[in-house]
Amino acid sequence: MRTLFGILTAVVVIGLAYWAYGENYRTQDALAESRKVSNEIEAARSRLAVLRAEWAYLNRPDRLRDLAELNFDSLGLLHMTADHFGEISEIAYPVPVNPLFDEPVELSSDQLEMMQ
Amino acid sequence: MIRTPLRPLARILEARDKGENPDAIERENLRLRHEQMRDKMRGRAESRLLVMGILFFCGFLMVGTRMALLASTDPEEPQATVRSAQIVSQRADIVDREGRILATNMQTNHLYAHPQDMVDPVHTAKELVKIFPELKEERLLKDFTGKRKFLWIRRQLSPEQVQAVHDIGEPGLNFGPRETRLYPNGSIASHILGGASYGREGVASAEVVGIAGVEKVYDEFLRDPSNGSQPLQLSLDLTVQAAAEKVLEGGMMLMNAKGAAAVVMDIKTGELISLVSLPDFDPNNRPVPLTKGSAGDSPLFNRAVQGVYELGSTFKLFAAAQALELGLVTPETKLDTKGPLRWGRFRIRDFHNYGSQLSVTETIIKSSNIGTARLALLIGTERQKDFLDRLGLLEKPTVEILEASGAKPLTPKKWSELSSLTISYGHGLSVSPVHLAGAYASVLNGGTRVNPTLLKQSGPQNGERIVSERTSAQVRSMLRQVVTKGTASFGEVPGYAVAGKTGTADKPKPTGGYYKDKVIATFASVFPAHDPKYVVIVTLDEPEDRMSDEPRRTAGWTAVPVAAELIGRIAPLMGLRPEVEPAAVGEVTLASH
Repeated sequence: MRTLFGILTAVVVIGLAYWAYGENYRTQDALAESRKVSNEIEAARSRLAVLRAEWAYLNRPDRLRDLAELNFDSLGLLHMTADHFGEISEIAYPVPVNPLFDEPVELSSDQLEMMQ
Repeated sequence: MIRTPLRPLARILEARDKGENPDAIERENLRLRHEQMRDKMRGRAESRLLVMGILFFCGFLMVGTRMALLASTDPEEPQATVRSAQIVSQRADIVDREGRILATNMQTNHLYAHPQDMVDPVHTAKELVKIFPELKEERLLKDFTGKRKFLWIRRQLSPEQVQAVHDIGEPGLNFGPRETRLYPNGSIASHILGGASYGREGVASAEVVGIAGVEKVYDEFLRDPSNGSQPLQLSLDLTVQAAAEKVLEGGMMLMNAKGAAAVVMDIKTGELISLVSLPDFDPNNRPVPLTKGSAGDSPLFNRAVQGVYELGSTFKLFAAAQALELGLVTPETKLDTKGPLRWGRFRIRDFHNYGSQLSVTETIIKSSNIGTARLALLIGTERQKDFLDRLGLLEKPTVEILEASGAKPLTPKKWSELSSLTISYGHGLSVSPVHLAGAYASVLNGGTRVNPTLLKQSGPQNGERIVSERTSAQVRSMLRQVVTKGTASFGEVPGYAVAGKTGTADKPKPTGGYYKDKVIATFASVFPAHDPKYVVIVTLDEPEDRMSDEPRRTAGWTAVPVAAELIGRIAPLMGLRPEVEPAAVGEVTLASH
């Protein structure tokens, strides 16, 4: 009985050791993966920061003003003034077209049965 | 195990035959057995001791090795946790009220050399000069072949330049990565942002520290990694700031002024939407401070905050508001304006003679020094001083930039009765335009104290009450009339009901006395008058309108048209719809009772 117990314990210890060994490597793999991902995130963030800086630089008011002046012929952009404000009622909305009834509809009860 | 019997029968019988004592045999056998048992026990104990010894040895060996390992290796962070990728740069961005970037960071490289690692110094020097024409070839060659082990060659390389240097293929050339502060909008809001430069500098990295403006005041916040790169949000509006700078620059040129300042402030929250000082500079390439001459001539000088000036008649509003608040007068009370008003050997005159009597409203509309001085006499020195103090005109401005700490108003050494007379119409007390903006807002927003701030606020400040709602409405009505029929007639902007007060003050000479032909022209205004939302202060330094035969310098001809243009441009940008002003009759009724 004692021998069996001893053998069983030894088997359990070996089994646990094997499991821990595998677990250790899996943890290290996961850590390496997360490091890789966080490095990628960091790289992406710094790229984003550069892009944001570039966006801000390209959208700087001085440049936009110069562009508006250069392209005045085609765009005709002017300073925003008080008379650019309007009422919603002043907007000419397009007349809605009803797609279901854009052709004449025959109104008779001849085909009523058929339709049913 | 087969035991040896203690009394083997054969030997006992044999011993009996010989007449010996058979017990001796038993004793002998017992002794032998005991010896055997003892030997066995000892052997077992010895082997156990050995195993224990080995175990302990291994244990101590392990502890010892671990200790030696810990002692001999460099400390490092535990790797069993996942690093957060929160911190990108060492300094947070600064953004405007809409989140548009005002200041951010960029990665650049500094170039340095290890001459001892160089393969071909002559070729390297030649190639480097091709990339950077400003470097001197002989100088580089001397450094590369001399005794130096390390030298910086050039700061802040662009990616293209880094590639070009890589292409030389010289192992002795190295790059030190650097974060650089970038102000993408160039000179816009330069005085507010200030600038940044390098603090402690190593080869592989360097601190970026703020040296002026908000960069300096919020240096710790911006550098604090626990903020997780959360940007610093200012109250400025980039488009309004850009438009204001453009308009002011045009106005400054037209009016031949040598400098100009403008403040646009939310009247309830105290948020500075725009704060302009001209001439300005590019914070990406901050000029060095002047070593000689007046600091006020440097583009670094912030006229809107640092420039304390006698702002002239714009101060008359405070005398009128206080007299009304104290119940000393009503807007219709007649004041004696027969000039000149003598006080000791000092005489107070008006720009024109306005006759012998003016009502309080007319005094403001026509800007009568004598009338205002009479109000000051009614109020008295102590009460005037207390009122101006409560408006924040006697202390440093609250604006969060480094320069504000040096902008203490210049007050008279002794606040005599004469000082109180001159201060009532804006002479003898020097304050900055941003002071004036705060004080105007406090009086005209319904009467509660407002501290100008550069940080975005979530709601109105609701400060200490300075004057009553009624007084506030009365003085607003007076200021509106200054524009409709007084000195600021050019200030009318259709749809925005501007109310304001002009101020023209002679510039004091550094040697004492005043210049005859140099003035500071100011227009302090709020709009719309019936429901004030913004305060606009425009100050021109030494303006001169040369379009007519005689040069005109008064604010009505110089600062007012610029301010009107400014309001016309920025009000729509701030989303303010033009409105038809409620009938003036209503206001008069409200004001009189």
